[in-house]
Parts: sequence; C-alpha cells; structure tokens
Amino acid sequence: MSDNSAAYEKAPIESYEGTEKKSNVLSKSKIRRAKILGIIMLLLSAVVMFVLAPASQGIATFGLSFPDDKFQLDALAIPSTAALYVLAMVLAFLGGTQFLKGFQRKSTLILGISFVVFVISIMIWATAGQEFSLISMLVSTIARTTPIALGALSGILCERSGVVNIGIEGMLLGGAFTGVVMGSLLGGWVGLIAATITGGVLALLLAFLAINYRVDQIIIGVVINLLVLGLTSFLTSQILVERPEWNDAPIFPAIKIPVLGDIPIIGPMFFDQTVIVYAMFGLVALTTFLLFRTRWGLRTRSVGENPKAADSLGISVSKTRYLAVIYGGMVGGFAGAWFTLGTVGRFDEGMTGGAGFIGLAAMIFGGWNPIGALGAALIFGFSDSLSQKLALINTSIPTEFLAMTPYLVTIVVVAGLVGRARPPAADGQPFEKQ
Amino acid sequence: MSSQLDPQTREDLVNPKDRSFTQRLATAADWRSAILIPFLAVLSALIIGLVIIILTGSSFAEAMNAYLALLQGSVGSLRAISETLTAATPLILAGLSVALAFRAGLFNIGGEGQALIGGMFAVWVGFSITGLPFFIHLPLAIIAGIVGGAIWGFIPGILKAKTGAHEVITTIMLNYIALRLVDFLLKTSIFQREGRNDPVSKNIEVSAEYPTLLTGIDSAMRVHAGLFVALGAAFLIYWLLFRTTIGFEFRAVGANPSAARYAGISVTKVYILVMLIAGALAGTAGAGQVLGVLGRTTPGFTADLGFDGIAVALLGRSNPWGVVAAAILFGGLRAGGQQMQVSANVGIDLISVIQALIILFVAAPALISAIYRLKTPVASAQISKGWGS
Repeated sequence: MSDNSAAYEKAPIESYEGTEKKSNVLSKSKIRRAKILGIIMLLLSAVVMFVLAPASQGIATFGLSFPDDKFQLDALAIPSTAALYVLAMVLAFLGGTQFLKGFQRKSTLILGISFVVFVISIMIWATAGQEFSLISMLVSTIARTTPIALGALSGILCERSGVVNIGIEGMLLGGAFTGVVMGSLLGGWVGLIAATITGGVLALLLAFLAINYRVDQIIIGVVINLLVLGLTSFLTSQILVERPEWNDAPIFPAIKIPVLGDIPIIGPMFFDQTVIVYAMFGLVALTTFLLFRTRWGLRTRSVGENPKAADSLGISVSKTRYLAVIYGGMVGGFAGAWFTLGTVGRFDEGMTGGAGFIGLAAMIFGGWNPIGALGAALIFGFSDSLSQKLALINTSIPTEFLAMTPYLVTIVVVAGLVGRARPPAADGQPFEKQ
Repeated sequence: MSSQLDPQTREDLVNPKDRSFTQRLATAADWRSAILIPFLAVLSALIIGLVIIILTGSSFAEAMNAYLALLQGSVGSLRAISETLTAATPLILAGLSVALAFRAGLFNIGGEGQALIGGMFAVWVGFSITGLPFFIHLPLAIIAGIVGGAIWGFIPGILKAKTGAHEVITTIMLNYIALRLVDFLLKTSIFQREGRNDPVSKNIEVSAEYPTLLTGIDSAMRVHAGLFVALGAAFLIYWLLFRTTIGFEFRAVGANPSAARYAGISVTKVYILVMLIAGALAGTAGAGQVLGVLGRTTPGFTADLGFDGIAVALLGRSNPWGVVAAAILFGGLRAGGQQMQVSANVGIDLISVIQALIILFVAAPALISAIYRLKTPVASAQISKGWGS
C-alpha cells in the first residue's frame, strides 16, 4: 500500500539498529551463521558415521550405461561400509573447519559440497548390497528438470517486469490439457502450439487484472490455479471420459543427436531427449540473452526495478509488463505440454502435482536469473528423480523425506540462511501513472 | 479491507449540507462493498458456470436442471441443509484462519498444511487413547488439532518475523511438506491401520467423535457439534480483533507495519502471534473433519480446505461474520454440487470453477462495477506487497 511498508519488509531486522552499530552486529551474525553451518555439517557427518555406515553392508553397484549403449561403462562397485566411513570423515573435516575457522565467502559453496557428499552417502547406503541404475536416474533427472526449469523461467519473465506470478501451476496444467486435446486431434506439433497459446491467454488474464485493474497479483495467481484446476477437471470428467480418443496424443520421441549422443553418461542425459527438453535449454539461453543483452531486456528489468524512473524516461510501463507477462505465460503453457506430449500422451486431473510451485521455488532459489533457476531446477529434478528411483529398489529409506527436500531447501533459501536472493524491487507493486 | 474507499468516493456519497447523514451514508457505502459486490460476484460466477455447462454439450433446460439440483442439494430439504452445514463447518474455520492473517497484512496460503497437521494430531489422540469419557477425550483431541495447526502456523510466522521470509512462499512449501509428511506417517506402524497396506490411519475412538446433532431425526444427517466450535471461533476472532488491544495491534500492523512500529507495537510479536492463531484455526478445521466426518485420515484428507478458506475469507471480506456467511454459501455449493453430479450428471468440479470466479470478482470489484455499470467504483483488495523477502 505505501512505500514505507515495502521498505519495512525488506529490512526487518536491521532497520532498528543504529548505523554505527550495524557492521558490528552483522559480523556477529555472520559468525553465528558460520557456527550454525558448521554444526549442520557436523550433524550430517554424525548421521553418516553413526546411522548409515553401521547399517550398511555389501557392495553398492551403480549402473552407468544402458545395455544398448554404443560404449559400455563398467558398473561402479563401491564397498558401502568403507566408503561411508570415508565420506563421514570428509564431512567431519569440512564441518569442523567451518565451525572453528569458517570458510568465509566460500562457506555456502562448502555447505553445498557437504550436501552433495551427504546425498551420495544416502545413495550408497540405500543401494548397499543391491544394484541401482545411476544412468537412468540421471536421464530422468534431466526430464523432470524440464517443466520445473520452464516454470521458473515463466516466473522470472513475469517478475523481472514487476508482476508476481504464482499462477505458474495453472499455466502448466492448462497447457497440459489443451496440449493433449489438440495433440490428439491435430498432431503433436499443433498440441505444442495450443499449449503455448493457452499459457499466453492465462497470462493475458493475469496482466489485464494486474495492470489495468491493479488487483492483488497473488490473488490472481491463486484464482488462475483454482480456475484451471477446476476447469480442466470438469472438462475431463464431462468430455474426455466420453471421448477417450481426444485424450490420446502422440508422444514426442527422444531424438538422439549423432556422435554427441554416444558419449557415455553425458550422451543419454543431454543428447538423447525429446524436443521439449532441447527447447528448454534453448529457451533458458534465449531468455538470458534477451533479458541481459538486449534493449528489450534492459527495459523490462528497469520496469521491474523502478517503474517510475522507467516511465519518466518514456518507457511504457504497462506495455512492457504486458509483453513480459505474456511471453512468460507462453513459456509456462509450453512447459505444461511436457506433462502430456512429452511423457504419457494423456491428461489426468491435477497431473502437474505442484511442479509449478517447485518452479516458483527454483525461480527464487536461482535468484530470478534463468541460469541460476536452471541450476536450482536440476537440484529439484534430481531429488525428485532420486526419490522415485529409490522407491523402486527395496530400501528402508522413506522416500517422502527425499521428496520433501526441494521445499525445505526453498524455505532455507527465502529465510536467507544460504545466500539471500533479492527479488526485483517493484515486484508485485501495481504501477499508477502520475 | 471493508472500507477501502478512495476520498473521491466518500465525497460523492456525503451531502455537504447534511453532516448528520455522514455516518449513515458511510455505512451505506460499506453495505455496497460488503453485500452488493459479493452478491453480484456470486451471480456473475453462477452465470458463467451456466455458460460452461451449456458449452460442454448440455441444452439450456438441462443446465437449468443442474442448477435446480444444486439448489435442492443445498437447501431443498432438512438433510440438504444438514449437508450444507457439515460442509460449511470446516470452511468457517479455514476462512477465519485466512481472514485473521489478512487483517494483519499476512497471506496465509498454508491453511492446507496446517489443517493436515492438525488433523494428524487429532487422529492420533483420537485412536491412541482409550477408555476416556467423551467430555475429556473429545476436547483433548480438539486441543491436539489446535496445537498441531499452531505449530505449522508458527513456522512461517517466526520466519517472517525474524528473517523476513515471505509467508506466501513458506506456507506453500509447508503445504507440500505436510502432504509428504502425512504420506509418510500413514505408512508408519503408529498410524497405519493393522492389516492394511494402503496409507490409511486407524479409526478414532467413539469417545473422540463430535456428537451428531440431528441423527435423532434421520441417521443420515451428518451435521455435528463442530459447527458450534466453528461459530464459537468466529465469535472469538471477532472479539479478539475488534474488542481487545491485541486485535487492535493486529489491525494496526495490517494497515501499516511501519506506523505500527513507530506507535510502539512489536511487529515481530504480531506476526508470530497471528500466524500461530491462524494455524490453530486451520488445525481446528482439519481436526473437525477427522473427528466429525471422516473418523480417520488418508493422504490429502483435507481436500483443498486451505484454498477454499482463501475464497471464503475474500468473499467474507475478512470479517468473521462475513466469513460465516460465505462459508455457508460455499458449503451449500459443495453439498449442492454432489446432488448436481448425481442427478444432473454435471461434474462437481464445476463448483471449483464457480468458486474461483467468485474470488476473482470479489478481488476485482472494479470488474463488477464495469459489468453492472455501478456508479461508485470500489478499490481492489490489496493484501500482499510483493515478495519483499
């Protein structure tokens, strides 16, 4: 409502401290943060040392090649108990150093490495005495990353221009629905276009209400999600159940790129995927270029940071926002097509299952930057894929906790424990021309 | 929220010659935004719903028939009214949860997770303790639900207060964490029913059930004493918001956190307390479903209660009694939707569409004003202020 309240929200703690005290307070809190991170790492080490290592025996085997790959890699055989003790020592060393001395600037990186080591430990523990196809897990990681990364990209485009979009989930679902119906009737490519248009139309609704009527953008997002969920479920039960031929679309095949596709591990991961996956990488690159290397991108970002200044320079705030939001919506609708045309070829009620919200999380985690969001989406895709594949082999590990990690990580990130991400300054604030 | 009129509107309404009418006219303007706009919003949503039914291949007569079934299923008989009130009970509580947070300038999208956790706490007390009389066991189970929800509301509250983490993000994430947690817990030996492989909890003891109110007339009447708990909560929240110092602080922070801080109000305390109470309300809603209707828990047993709560709070314009009215309306839509599905073969998901449209129109009253050519424009509801994290 007022500028003051927005400023207040940005600096909830510091705002009351005296300016001369500030540096002292900050360094104290930095020390505290270093200690907390150190304790977290030591706890991880303790879990590996005292919980995982004693409970594992035998050899953990990780498959690195599919049977029909051109170049076969031998499966990775790891003696589980010994490996876990070694990893626990590594974690203990990192945690101890962090606690006593601190890694200063590198501490976030070190924390990341510790988590990677911890995840590897869990994988070794879970597969001890069994065989686990690492390669199929990695391939499905890339596939599952696709809708998350595209959803995040959709959010970034809207929010860089100053419009909050929590309706990504609805755009995905809408795209998935029209994608499958049009895909069934007129072929996959038409389905892909229809999905993209659907996302654009939903984004138009968001832009119209947010920009012209200055309606609360978070409420519009909630409405888009509920509306699309209700409408697609209704249409599925009223129409698609009676006409199953409208819900049977061709699936885009994986296209293997010659030579590159034969590289072990990397080939199947990156060069033997569907068009939608390739398009995701292309769109991330294109959007990064557009946002940071073109006049359009500069204008879009300026409208998201300081619409008043942009307006006084003659940039049309509402036109710029309309363009960015509709582009973002189209990316969201396109991402929705992955669920139907990219995987199963049929639509089920609520099939996106929260991917849009994970995309939102990836956007924040990635600091409103396409490349960063892709990195975050890879982490989320990995944890998703890992929990799915571990559920297949009979392990005692509750995969629900692995599936929870993206959400926990997001909370940790927005709470500023691991590198605070800064949203565009005018994000969510309607602009009124003076 | 209810009286967000721009100065121009106020001036139009007030006759300068007649100052004594000021108050009355201001009330009239409130009436416009509190009753006329919601009424037109519901009407518009229903008309669009009708168009959707016709577009999916029904004739106009069939569509009207569906709406007749909707009406009959919601208020057509004593049993229909019982169903309406049964559906309205958790909606009142979930709506209050969102409305209270709105009043303090917070957007609690986490009602879903809070209700799930509250329900799990309640079901655990409900089945694990045996041999207690109902007047001890039932309150214990309800309190467990309150505590569970409060814990799940406290987390975003303290994160917001201490780190500035935006509650919209944290509550959405906590919803998913709660969903997975419930999935996990229902497979543990503590919760899972003996001899079952699917995730379903044990049944609660009879002594932990809400007494039904009308089974004396017809055993199919499901309306239960949880309704009184919900109405009591509405009264309590009304009293808290408008008759106590704490409630005043809540509203002051909601209106302008900086000004509230300068006035000596601890914004940190308010954020934590509001989310705690909001969580407790949603937890009571989840517990009520378990103790009054379901008797056990399954994955996602709250069935989008948290999101319906947002709709109820917006339609009720964050006023406790408005929330009660809105919840009964939505309860009627839910109950009638069942009837519509059975007798007119129109899917109940249409109700979700109508609900979403109602929120849309209530949040964008300018749209309603434009459609119906109302003379006085009403400002759009602004609750969030971007991420600000």
